[in-house]
Amino acid sequence: MTGSLAFEETGMVFPDGTEALREVSFAVDKGEFVTIVGPSGCGKSTLLKIASGLLEPTSGQVHADRDQLGYVFQDPTLLDWRTVRGNVELLAELHGVETDERRRLAAEAIELVGLNGFEDHYPKSLSGGMRMRCSLARSLTLKPPVFLFDEPFGAVDEITREHLNEETQTLFRTEGFAGLFITHSISEAVFLSTRVLVMSARPGRIVAEFDIEFDYPRLPKLRFDPDFAELCGQVSINLRGSHS
Amino acid sequence: MSERNAIKGPGTIRNLSQRLLPPMILGSGFVGIWYFIAYGVLEPRRRFLLRPPHEVIQVGFLEWDNFSLILNSLWSSTKVAMMGLSIAILIGFMLAITMSQAKFAERAIFPFMVTLQAIPILAITPLIGFWFGTGQTSRVVVCVIISLFPILLNTLFGLQSADSGLHDLFTLHHANRVTRMRKLMFPAALPAVFAGLRISAGLSVIGAIVGDFFFGKGDAGIGQLLRKHASQLAGEELLAAVIMSSALGVTVFLFFGWLQERSIGRWHETTTGAG
Repeated sequence: MTGSLAFEETGMVFPDGTEALREVSFAVDKGEFVTIVGPSGCGKSTLLKIASGLLEPTSGQVHADRDQLGYVFQDPTLLDWRTVRGNVELLAELHGVETDERRRLAAEAIELVGLNGFEDHYPKSLSGGMRMRCSLARSLTLKPPVFLFDEPFGAVDEITREHLNEETQTLFRTEGFAGLFITHSISEAVFLSTRVLVMSARPGRIVAEFDIEFDYPRLPKLRFDPDFAELCGQVSINLRGSHS
Repeated sequence: MSERNAIKGPGTIRNLSQRLLPPMILGSGFVGIWYFIAYGVLEPRRRFLLRPPHEVIQVGFLEWDNFSLILNSLWSSTKVAMMGLSIAILIGFMLAITMSQAKFAERAIFPFMVTLQAIPILAITPLIGFWFGTGQTSRVVVCVIISLFPILLNTLFGLQSADSGLHDLFTLHHANRVTRMRKLMFPAALPAVFAGLRISAGLSVIGAIVGDFFFGKGDAGIGQLLRKHASQLAGEELLAAVIMSSALGVTVFLFFGWLQERSIGRWHETTTGAG
């Protein structure tokens, strides 16, 4: 298998005996946006931790371009004591990028997520959606070839979520990374992705795969398209089937 | 916006009066009860037990000989407290950082810290006198022992409080121990460190006075003065000295509250009062 990110029969059994993943195989190429939907506790987050190298799989293999990995967590995980600018600069700072270049990268990323004007705000004075944008911008500074999203928009309201979906899509189109996205929301998955994978309840396995062939840019009104609803329905049926 | 600015002036004044009025009312009530006990409850020949407030002010604060003695002793105790607190902060930080870096160190050190904290200070003062003499060193040692625990515990707790997601982020980007400490753990610990500092600072004043009470050699502090006035039944001076030592404790507490607001107020919601 090839690709920027590839799982080969990856399995994960935790020390307490819980089997989180069983023989998961798929690849994500550059320019692909793959979303995994699955019931809670099916090992989706574990999959991302393995992809990023935070966890070692207990069987099988993972290939990933981890040099400048983008990883957006469920929570914004910002440093409270840094302003938006300071937070966005953090990763470049950890990678030893010099100050001027760091400033430029941060300004660019802040612009991309639409946080300009809020550079000097501290996280405590930002809304949930803005914190998430800041978190996105932080990962963007490294221009990651592989971008992992761990249910990033689960905690924001519906309207903000749709906005963030559209922005994520724009980022994907402009940056062209290999994206692996995890979510509970079927419409979010179908709206964003080039491919949707359905994962079963624990131990997690890939039980269905859908190619999503709508053209980019996808506009908000796509959500009301009958074909869109049809696809969502099929994903949903497979997701329900995976529960039993 | 401009409307809000317009009412800001009188608003702050009202805010201030809202904050000051309740303690002033309670304070006046307290002084009233003080007078009532001094004049209403105690017969004149037993009034030495509690002198009325104006006599305390007259003798303790307005007679310069007495007041300058109090101030001198207070300064001596303040120096002991500051030295004790500085040493406690230094030891507390070093131990907390060591403990946060290695689980083994935490497991090894923690029981001894709890033990040290649990020993009644009065029980070991004779030992401290044995080992360090009855002068300044012993006073500082008492002060360190009393104020070490809160600063150590809060700093350790603070260092361990950084979000696990942030730790993952630092791991993903190959941050080394020093970077992780400097950019993540230490800033994350600051709110807890300040909470510990405020408690320890208050305790260091108590420690200085207690130490001084037992060790009288050399530059005598407020503890020795309290002792002297008590033995001479000098009620006015005694009360004046008590009031001034409380004032020292309050000042230290307010100072660290102010320092906390200055250092981390911009990004951290301060929840403690009196700032």
